[in-house]
Amino acid sequence: MPRDFPQPTADEIETLIHSQLHLEGPLLPIFHLLQESFGHVPETAIQPIADALNITRAEVHGVMSFYHDFRNVPAGRHVVKICRAEACQSMGANALAEETLAKLGLAWHGTTANGNVTVEPVYCLGLCACAPAVMVGETVHGRVDGAKMDAILKEAGA
Amino acid sequence: MKIYVPLDSAARALGADQVAEAIAAEAAKRGVDAEIVRNGSRGMVWLEPLVELETPEGRKGFGPLLPSEAGQVFDGDGAKALGLVDELPWMAKQTRLTFARCGIVDPLSLAEYEALGGLSGLRRALGMNGEAIVDEVKLSGLRGRGGAGFPTGIKWDTVRLAHASQKYIVCNADEGDSGTFADRMIMEGDPFTLIEGMAIAGLATGATKGYIYSRSEYPQANAIMRRAIEIMREAGVLGAKVLGEGPAFDMELRVGAGAYVCGEETSLLNSLEGKRGVVRAKPPLPALEGFMGKPTVVNNVLSLATVPVIFEKGAQYYADFGLGRSKGTMPIQIAGNVKYGGLFETAFGMELGTLVNEIAGGTASGRPVKAVQVGGPLGAYLAPEKFGTPFGYEEFDRKEALIGHAGIVVYDDTTDMLGMARFAMEFCAVESCGKCTPCRIGAVRGVETIDRIARGDASAIPLLTDLCETMKDGSLCALGGFTPFPVMSALKQFPEDFATTAKEAAE
Ligand SMILES: Cc1cc2nc3c(=O)[nH]c(=O)nc-3n(C[C@H](O)[C@H](O)[C@H](O)COP(=O)(O)O)c2cc1C
Ligand code: SF4
Ligand code: FES
Repeated sequence: MPRDFPQPTADEIETLIHSQLHLEGPLLPIFHLLQESFGHVPETAIQPIADALNITRAEVHGVMSFYHDFRNVPAGRHVVKICRAEACQSMGANALAEETLAKLGLAWHGTTANGNVTVEPVYCLGLCACAPAVMVGETVHGRVDGAKMDAILKEAGA
Repeated sequence: MKIYVPLDSAARALGADQVAEAIAAEAAKRGVDAEIVRNGSRGMVWLEPLVELETPEGRKGFGPLLPSEAGQVFDGDGAKALGLVDELPWMAKQTRLTFARCGIVDPLSLAEYEALGGLSGLRRALGMNGEAIVDEVKLSGLRGRGGAGFPTGIKWDTVRLAHASQKYIVCNADEGDSGTFADRMIMEGDPFTLIEGMAIAGLATGATKGYIYSRSEYPQANAIMRRAIEIMREAGVLGAKVLGEGPAFDMELRVGAGAYVCGEETSLLNSLEGKRGVVRAKPPLPALEGFMGKPTVVNNVLSLATVPVIFEKGAQYYADFGLGRSKGTMPIQIAGNVKYGGLFETAFGMELGTLVNEIAGGTASGRPVKAVQVGGPLGAYLAPEKFGTPFGYEEFDRKEALIGHAGIVVYDDTTDMLGMARFAMEFCAVESCGKCTPCRIGAVRGVETIDRIARGDASAIPLLTDLCETMKDGSLCALGGFTPFPVMSALKQFPEDFATTAKEAAE
């Protein structure tokens, strides 16, 4: 489903952060929740997180930047993740990825001009027995060839 | 009539949802009262979507089914009819202990779980003290299925004997190795068995809180697992008193954020605490100072999910399977360029070549097998000359290889092994936690050095060998320490792929 994310208010950010504070080690759950709600972890959330957890802004940034998943700007409406790991490579994933990026005129992590599709690499989706594998949002696709990829991109509005 | 259509991610990736819709429509059209159960996968991914029809003789399979072929299930026959699923050679050749229920039950039906032996292990463990539980696990010979193969019972004993106000059971579900998907299949197809295993670990060690650390790449597994935890809690299996009579044990699921290194247990613990997923030096062992500095069992999904059947059938029953010090069964995952890919659980000891050529049926492309990589991105490549190696920890170790999480990825003869070696270094560079120089910088140098070789510079080959030695000796964890396995195994066995002039240098 395409999602256009609302601009977060300071109150909303506070509420989300505080909903996770009862957890042991709440920082990753906070990042996930913010990203789920707003499509990214907004810069305006960094200070409130630091305050709530009694750590520095630098520490919050440091943790966030360690993980490939967290974004500081929203991605396109659909994120198309193409598996680059070994089992998918054995079934032609490299060529599939190259063709896809060339067709869209993008590099990895790039977003189409209409804002509909961001293409990202992923290292294994656990679909290694039906490679090459692709995930769009939470929808998975196996044995993806050029034709299947075209259909996936079309549906995503690339 | 009762019809099973898998919800497993691999089945869905191959169209299971569309098939389920077509079956519902066909039932409506024929005016048949059909109950459609979404089960886990039997593990025969090449037959997915594999639809099953319950009959008095047993479950009959239809697959790989297209939506347009839904009618065959109702006719009970057709071009995609496979007969009794349990009698298919792939199923009949297996010994399914960890995966006994996967693909058979409705993953979230506690009644079905119990009807097929679920919770009997936990009930038995409730009547034992911590030491007796640990002894049973030791006797079973169970070794960690996450990669290192450390005896599970010994790890549990360390935690059991530690004195602390709080102890934890952490399940490592960060299945990041390419070619592996057994953890995902269990979480999607038989999640209760993992919960039961963790509860038994809690009883054994005195831990009252558990965490499953899963990955963001597995959204469905995470949703099913979360629901399964709720169901177990509502049923009183988890909570203030395990099964209404034991000590407390409860758990929750956490999701990582796309870092491969977080599968390493100490990096995982840092991540769980909300820190950068940097690897910690050992000692202290996580068993003594783990999550929040407290004694913590960290075990792989398969290690924990195998515990219930050990308690249900007895440690000796389990230990009687296997080979040498590799006891019991291993859920082997066959992937990549194979005709028959999927999950095949068997006693340790089957020869690699049997798995590749007979069970997997050779390559999907129909071309000769060039090499297989066993054990994920840190595992060695094995050329067909090594296919006589029996599947076991020590047996692979002797061949400078490892079984890891038991994923086998098959490559045909079009594969460029220099490219695969380069990828191993590139992956290490991308995923390095950054703590040690040989890994962080070495992997980047490794990519550059392999590029030099690719340009025909044979003098770079000894450099690559030296670099691999440095990474092996100077890395804190196996990401930097084992990346040389795929690199060196590719170089040694396939010198012809490392430039024409390279042959003498490699020998
Ligand atoms: C880079 C790296 C990645 C790892 N990834 C995983 C993983 O995804 N799952 C896992 O269970 N173990 C993984 N391990 C092994 C763990 O560190 C640890 O040995 C294991 O979780 C212990 O559980 P076990 O004894 O049940 O195998 C990894 C190790 C390293 C060095
Ligand atoms: S070997 Fe690499 S991943 Fe492991 S601790 Fe060192 S830098 Fe981190
Ligand atoms: S390697 Fe691509 S899904 Fe596992």
